[in-house]
Amino acid sequence: MPPQRLPTLPLTIRVKLFAAMRQRLGRDEVDVEVPAPADVGALRAALAAQFPHLSDLLSHSLFAVGMEYAADSTRLEPNLDVACIPPVSGG
Amino acid sequence: MIELVQIPIDPAAVLARVQSLAAGAVVLFLGTTREITGSRRTASLDYECYPEMARAKLAELEAAARGQWPLVECCLVHRLGRLELGEISVAIAVSAPHRREAFAASEWLIDELKKVVPIWKQENWADGSSEWKGRPPDHGAKA
Repeated sequence: MPPQRLPTLPLTIRVKLFAAMRQRLGRDEVDVEVPAPADVGALRAALAAQFPHLSDLLSHSLFAVGMEYAADSTRLEPNLDVACIPPVSGG
Repeated sequence: MIELVQIPIDPAAVLARVQSLAAGAVVLFLGTTREITGSRRTASLDYECYPEMARAKLAELEAAARGQWPLVECCLVHRLGRLELGEISVAIAVSAPHRREAFAASEWLIDELKKVVPIWKQENWADGSSEWKGRPPDHGAKA
């Protein structure tokens, strides 16, 4: 018998938003559905699809997973905080 | 030590935290709200941060500076919220046995803070418009 494939449920990622991103969306976090298993690149694409008017800002933003800057290939885990980090300007 | 504060930064208190009999040099850097940028006039600045990550990154910077230079004490304080002209947005104080490491560490700390700590400022211009500042990250992305 061929192995049974379990249907993969989409992952809902809660993304913290700051600065220009927070202001443009008018809220400080947003839930985004991505097919599992998902990485930061998939999340970036899903956000851009859901909010086309953010795509310019998204292309200049980083993501943090578990409070570390993440590459697009970083895997998303349900228990780690995810944040969109637009260009920083402390100091 | 590191701190994110909503109230005005007292530079004398920051200095007092790093002064030590083991130190022959103390350097204090203050970032302050500038009125004129190019031809534009600023009315105020608003700072916000990702608090948990900003604390984690500031602590990493302190640890890295202590690893690189023989610091006696190191204190990083960043202000948040609305700042009026001339107010202090950031204070960095380090003490070390000799001046060269104190200068080098404080310069490195402010440079890195501006690159990696998730803090954002919104410039409120005197003409009534507002703008989030920030350069795209160094690695990979072109400005």
